[in-house]
This record gives sequence, C-alpha cells and structure tokens, in this order.
Amino acid sequence: MSDFLQTLTSRLPSLGDAILVTLELTLGGAVLAMALALLLGFGARTRSLWVRGPSRVFIEFFRGTSLVVQIFWIFYVLPVFGFKMEALAVGIVALGLNFGAYGAEVVRGSVASVPASQWEATIALNMSWFHRVRRVIFPQAWALMIPMLTNLLIQLLKGSALAYYITLHDVNFWTTQLRRATSETVYSFTAGLLVYFVIAYLLTWGMNALEERAKRRLGRGTRPSLRDVVGLRPAVGTAAITGRGTAA
Amino acid sequence: MTSSTSTAQGGVPAIEFKDVVKRFGDNVVLDQLNFSVAKGDRVTLIGPSGSGKTTILRLLMTLEEANGGLILIDGDPYTHEYKGDRWVEIPEKRRRVVRNRVGMVFQQFNLFPNMTVLENIIEAPVNVLGLKKADAVARAEQLLEQVGMSEKRDFKTNQLSGGQQQRVAIARALAMDPEILLLDEVTSALDPEIVADVLGVLREIAETTDITMLLVTHEMQFAREVSNRVLMFDKGQIVEEADPETMFTHPKHERTQEFLKAVLG
Amino acid sequence: MTENGIWNWEHAWEVLPDLLEGLVVTIEATVVGMAIASILGLFIALAMRSPSRWVTIPLRFVVDFIRMTPLLVQLVFVWLLFSTIPTLVVGFTVLGVHYATYMSEVYRAGIEAVPKGQWEAATALNLPKSRTWRAVILPQAVRNTLPGLGNYAISMFKETPFLFAISVVEMYTKAQQYGALTFSYIEPLTLVGLLFLLVSYPTSLLVRRMEIRLA
Repeated sequence: MSDFLQTLTSRLPSLGDAILVTLELTLGGAVLAMALALLLGFGARTRSLWVRGPSRVFIEFFRGTSLVVQIFWIFYVLPVFGFKMEALAVGIVALGLNFGAYGAEVVRGSVASVPASQWEATIALNMSWFHRVRRVIFPQAWALMIPMLTNLLIQLLKGSALAYYITLHDVNFWTTQLRRATSETVYSFTAGLLVYFVIAYLLTWGMNALEERAKRRLGRGTRPSLRDVVGLRPAVGTAAITGRGTAA
Repeated sequence: MTSSTSTAQGGVPAIEFKDVVKRFGDNVVLDQLNFSVAKGDRVTLIGPSGSGKTTILRLLMTLEEANGGLILIDGDPYTHEYKGDRWVEIPEKRRRVVRNRVGMVFQQFNLFPNMTVLENIIEAPVNVLGLKKADAVARAEQLLEQVGMSEKRDFKTNQLSGGQQQRVAIARALAMDPEILLLDEVTSALDPEIVADVLGVLREIAETTDITMLLVTHEMQFAREVSNRVLMFDKGQIVEEADPETMFTHPKHERTQEFLKAVLG
Repeated sequence: MTENGIWNWEHAWEVLPDLLEGLVVTIEATVVGMAIASILGLFIALAMRSPSRWVTIPLRFVVDFIRMTPLLVQLVFVWLLFSTIPTLVVGFTVLGVHYATYMSEVYRAGIEAVPKGQWEAATALNLPKSRTWRAVILPQAVRNTLPGLGNYAISMFKETPFLFAISVVEMYTKAQQYGALTFSYIEPLTLVGLLFLLVSYPTSLLVRRMEIRLA
C-alpha cells in the first residue's frame, strides 16, 4: 500500500496531463456535438425535404453505427482517403459526431414539446424565424433539454476512455500505466475510476446549476434544495421533463 | 358559395376574402368564402363550433394555410396570389411586410414564459419594428397603464392570473400598432368574475382607437356593445349578416335563431 | 470506389463470414447482458425504496459510481482482477451490471408512474403488501419500462465492441484482427459499421413504435 502511494504521488503530475487530455476530449467533443445537435435537430424539423432528409440520415447513421467503430474508422480508414488528423482531433471529431446525432434527437424532441401556441404567438408578432427560435422557442426548449444533455455529457466522458486505444494519454492510459508500475490492480483502477467519477460529478453539478438558471428564467425557479443541486439522479426518457422537482 | 357581403363604403377594404377555401383533410371548413371588412369596422363572428370562424382569424394571422382563394389586406395580396393562372404562395419575406398590420390576441394568452411582462411587450416592437428600446419601453408603460397592469411590469408571466395575463397579451398586441386586431375567444379561458375586466379593457380600446377589429366570442353582450356588424357562420358559410341590434333581436335565418336561442338561453 | 483500388471487394467477401460469426457473439452479449441488467436493475430499484438510509445511501453511491465511470475501464479492471474466470463471463457480467444501474432508473420511473389510485385501491381491498407489488404495481410498472428496456438494449448492442479491450472476439474484434493481419482496415471496419446499423436501426424503429403504442 505505501509503495503504491509513493508511486501514485510521483505520478500525480502526469495525472494532471491525463485529466487535461480527457477534459479536452470531453469538452471539445461536447461543443462539436452541441453545434451539430442544434443544426441537425432543427434540420430534422424543417418542412423542406432537402434539409430534413439529409439531417435524418445523418442522425440515424451516427446513432446506428457504434462509437467504437466510428472512432477507429476515422483513425484507421480515413487517412486512406487522405484525411489524416491528430489523434486528439480524431477523438474529438468521433465523439462530436456520435453524440451530436444523439443530441439532435434531444434538441428535436425538446423543441417539439414547446407548445405550438408559442410559435403562433411569435408569428402573430411577425418575428423572423431566427428571432423566434433565439428569443422565444429555444430558451424554453433549453430548460427541457438540459437533464438529457447532462446524461449525454456523462456518456461522452465515458466514451472518451476509448482515446487510450488511439494512442492518447488520457486518464484511462494513466490508470493502466499506474497498474503496470505498481502491479496493484485494485488500487490503480479504483484511483482511475475515482478520477472519472469526480469529473463526472463536477460536470453534473455544473449542468444542474445551468438547469436551475434556465428554469428560473422561465419563472419556475424552485429554490433548489442542496440535494437537487448535488444529486445525480439521471434523466430517464420523458420522465426527466416532468419528474424533476416534483419527486419527493 | 357565399355572395360578397362587403359593406365597404368606397375605399379599399381592410380585409378581403376572395373565394377562400380551407380544408382539414377531407373536412371542408371554408368553401369559397367571400367577405370583406371595411377600415375601422368592428366585426363579430358568431356561429356554432366548427363553423369556421376561428379558422378565419387563423388564416388572417397565417397560422393556417388556405387551400384556395385570396386574402387581401388593404387590397394587398397577403398569403397567396395568382401568377397568370397559377395560384402560388407568397414568400415569407413579403408576407412579413403585410403581417405587421395584423395583430392577434389568443384564447390562451400565449405570453412568453421566459420573459417578464415588459419584455413580452417590447420584444417585437424593438426587434421587428426596429423601435428604439427607450421608445418601446415608454410606449409599453403607457399601454400597461391603460390595461391596469403597471405594477406587474417586471413580473414573470406565470406569476400572473389568467385575467392579468390576458391584459398583458392585449397590451403586447397593441404595442405593434396593428391596423387590424384579431381577438380569438379572448375571455373563454378566464374565470367568470375576471371576464368583465378584460372586456372593459377591450371596450376602451374600441372607443379610443380606429383599429379594425375582428372578433370571435361567446360573449353576446360584449359583441353587441363593441361591434357594429355581426356575421353568423354555419358550415363555413355566412348565413346572415346584420348590425348587432337587429341580429340579436330579430334574427332572420333559421340557423341564427336556433344558435342564439341555444347561446342566450 | 474501386477505381483507385481503395475498396477491395475480395477483402470484403473474405471477412464477411468472420464478421457474421462475431455478430453472433455480439448478440449473445446483448441478450445475456440485458437479462442481467433487467433482473439486477429491478432489485436495485426495489432496494432503493427501502426506508432505511443504511441501505439507500451506500447503494446510491455504488450505483452512481458504476453509472458515471467508463464501462471500458470497468471491463478491463474486472478482467484483470478475476483472471481465472472465463473472459466471456466477465464481459457479459460487467456489461449487465453497468446497464443494471441504468435499468434501475427505468424501473424507478416506471414504478413512480403507476397512479397513486392503484395503491389506494389495493389498500382498500386489504391486499397484503407483497400481493400488491406482484399483482398490481409491478405488472403496470414493467409495462411502462418496456420502451426504456428496448432503448438500453440497442445502446448496449452498440457498446459491445468495448469487449475488444478484454479480447472477447465479437464483431469489432474480428474486424480488428482481420485488419491487423492484412493491413486493410477499410473493408472490415466499414462492414462492421454497416452491420451495426443494419441491426440497430430496424430495432430502434420497433422500439419507437412500441413507445407510441404504449404512450
């Protein structure tokens, strides 16, 4: 145990680097995913078949073909076509594409559950489409989508552990190195998993704070109990839309 | 087929329907409807539910698409036009120019929950009409005063009762300075004791402005006080048209008699 | 695609039987994993309703910990820890336990969605607690959970390639092996992706239909 602690301490600086890589993958992937999710989520709702069709195909394709396959395809196969990217970029792009497709469904669903009467009011006030979405529809959909986006963000963080297999030195890599150096499987992996857990916890905490803010903007501020802010209960389907706050 | 019921005395009518057809699936709601409303007119549409009266307001607000015919605002084509023989949709860009003249108050208020009362009112004047924010706020405050909601200026909308929300919604519609105001059963979602407040606000607007008003309502007393013309609809057609006094005391058509008997008891 | 010789149909035909063999393992993993997840998830959900904090708080922590840390790392961890247990068993079990934490939330939501009146009616009929659960609440709750179960089955199916990390030879690993052997990754990796799509898309349509029917 003390040997292990000694090795662990000496490896703390490299843990910092590893966390940085994992965070770069997670946040980079999340930003790309969110941008795609907005584009495809609204694209899948338009009347024009030329926009809706490709959006749907894109969504179903990247949801259907497994993150693992996608990341290795981009890593091994894409260079054959002349697209060679750094491993970090491969990770971010793969995570972004995959979770962007999932996010698109969240965006589409949340926008669809903003009452049609809100759209009608924006038409009656003669707003442009972009203005409607930006000022009226999206702020309301946003409050609905955050719990589901939180789930996706945690999934994305977990998926980022694949990066180790495309040569990146992330937390997963750091964990296996620690085990190799100490031969302590239980301690090493517990340490590694704890690091992931803390990151996931902080991300969830941040997202819950965002959700509270979004709700307060809609005048549905719940003055959250500590448990609501700190709690980690995941959203399940539509229950996430109504279940939160009312659950005892 | 309904004959034109225009009462426009010279000048271009504010609203004109020409052979307007609206279907929902197989259900024909409006069948080649013709009618017009003169500038400054206050017209109440009455009739049993499903007779197409709300559909007319929704067509005028472009919340529904017509399946045929023309809708003109001040003589300008609004939703569709004929290019040669072809009946084509007018693109959103051109619709928006005309739509600025039309405002609507909804049965369910439809205030934006992510904005305060004041923000609800100034949102479109600032971002659609391009008013300076200070001017929009000054106008909004004046309107809030008029509807008796000044002290709720910075409230979120879901802190308000239904009657208060509807008064804000009226102020929001008026802030766009519409030439035409559509009122779609604006008191139907309100508790009975609140209805009088909202009607009072509308009555004042009718008295102090020359906005063309088109209203669908079940409040016959209100229709009588505010409007100068009543159209009775049945199965997507106008079956009778008269000034309110005549319509409510001496309805001619059998369907009108039945309807008024059922509504007024 | 064939013009510049990037895509080789011969490779594609050669690797396809291997991939289909792998697909069988992938589907096995999903079925066994989901069976574990469904049963264990229900027990977790029921245990979480225990009035004792000595049960719920530690359980909550364990469930959160498993749910919020990477399956991939968990697989390798357990695999290294129990090197004597057959790899397939380790893989299926870890997959099942990981998803049990998700399924427990599905059951929780399903149980909470049973109307209060059902409990009250059971009380009014003086049904014993165990009978109330078995005959009244759970049948309705399970019905509520079917779409959730379907969705997680699909998502587990797409996560089975993580098993490559502990050298379970499922579909992706087959492709990887072929690629390493022949230095041509394009055919096996593309085909694996398409095979995933081929199974998961129709299944997801089925689940969606079920969701609509049950809604």
